[in-house]
Amino acid sequence: MRITQGCFSFLPDLDEVQISKQVEYCLENEWAIGIEYTYDPHPRNTYWEMWGNPMFDLRDPKGVMMELDDCRKAHGDAYIRINAFSDERGVESVKMSFIVNRPADEPKIHMQRTDFESRSQKYAWDVRA
Amino acid sequence: MDDATVPQTVDLAKEYEASGVAEVLRELDEELIGLEPVKRRIRETAALLLVDKARRDLGLEVETPTLHMSFTGNPGTGKTTVAMKMAGLLHRLGYVRKGHLVHVTRDDLVGQYIGHTAPKTKEVLKKAMGGVLFIDEAYYLYRPDNERDYGQEAIEILLQVMENNRDDLVVIMAGYADRMDRFFSANPGFRSRIAHHIEFPDYTDDELARIAETMLGQQNYHFDSAGKTAMTEYIALRRQQPHFANARSIRNALDRARLRAANRMFQTKGVLDAAALSTICEADIRASRVFTGGLDSDRRSPQ
Repeated sequence: MRITQGCFSFLPDLDEVQISKQVEYCLENEWAIGIEYTYDPHPRNTYWEMWGNPMFDLRDPKGVMMELDDCRKAHGDAYIRINAFSDERGVESVKMSFIVNRPADEPKIHMQRTDFESRSQKYAWDVRA
Repeated sequence: MDDATVPQTVDLAKEYEASGVAEVLRELDEELIGLEPVKRRIRETAALLLVDKARRDLGLEVETPTLHMSFTGNPGTGKTTVAMKMAGLLHRLGYVRKGHLVHVTRDDLVGQYIGHTAPKTKEVLKKAMGGVLFIDEAYYLYRPDNERDYGQEAIEILLQVMENNRDDLVVIMAGYADRMDRFFSANPGFRSRIAHHIEFPDYTDDELARIAETMLGQQNYHFDSAGKTAMTEYIALRRQQPHFANARSIRNALDRARLRAANRMFQTKGVLDAAALSTICEADIRASRVFTGGLDSDRRSPQ
């Protein structure tokens, strides 16, 4: 099942040139860029593993693309996303986030209904292969 | 490429004007005093790059030229200033995408413990992508006396990026001529990857005097005629003393002269006009220790 979160996730996957252009847009806005990856795409899993520190003061998307290549080499079968942080509110807050790498076989997100007191139901989701 | 879209002829003069290169070269001529051999080399390089660009526009095979450079010369001869102009020049010619200059020294590239160097060097390289990486006093990267020095690691990463990312950044290494020569002979990889070796000559006394006047002019000060003579003598004397750093020494001398001038004005009673407030006179220059044989610390014999 295709995981949809962040920007562009209902579109076909971005290619290298398109990713590069999106990063360029972020850099033009003076946002810092962070690369993160995870093997657990559960929607409640907010904090993904960081691939190195977020990159500040870059001028050209090439630096980000180099890191992305390295991350893909190491974690080609993981979800990888690019986060752009803006500091205009005095904290580094995420302004934009998009997935740039998916595993060949994406897992399913399965919903589990459980009966609870007095006919109420509880729902839970888990990620399954 | 489709034949219809390829122009058949090229007008170099027009390209030259359109690229904005002329403007950078004009700035170079106007703002930098002296440095004739440097200007000549830059003009030649610009011509080569422009011709290459024209060839590419006509659809002829062009390999990306190696643009990494080394600037050698004594302190204060304008290496950093020229590097900044170079970044602008390469940007206008379309050889670097952004045209910014990242100025680093050994401390910015080499880490302090195992595993610290590679991320540090890479971070600097990422920042320099699309622009020019200026490594000041590059020979400090290599310490032959300590074989476990982390500088070697930084050198290896640099070499790799200089080779693989020739389209993305230009590396300029700068430093004193003799030490750079030793650095290059110990690291033949660098010598072969750097195509342009540009030497910065020392300024002549005459050029330094003109530089002094320009510097003062930029701060809205000027010499009176006796002050000008004193400055000329100062330059000749200062050159023979230790730690002479060309234009930088002149800037420091002028800063101290302004200090003395301010003191002098403070002590004169009465009203001063704008002209008096912006004149550096003979006494302000003559008070320098250079006229009495240099700094005390330089004269005293080591204990």
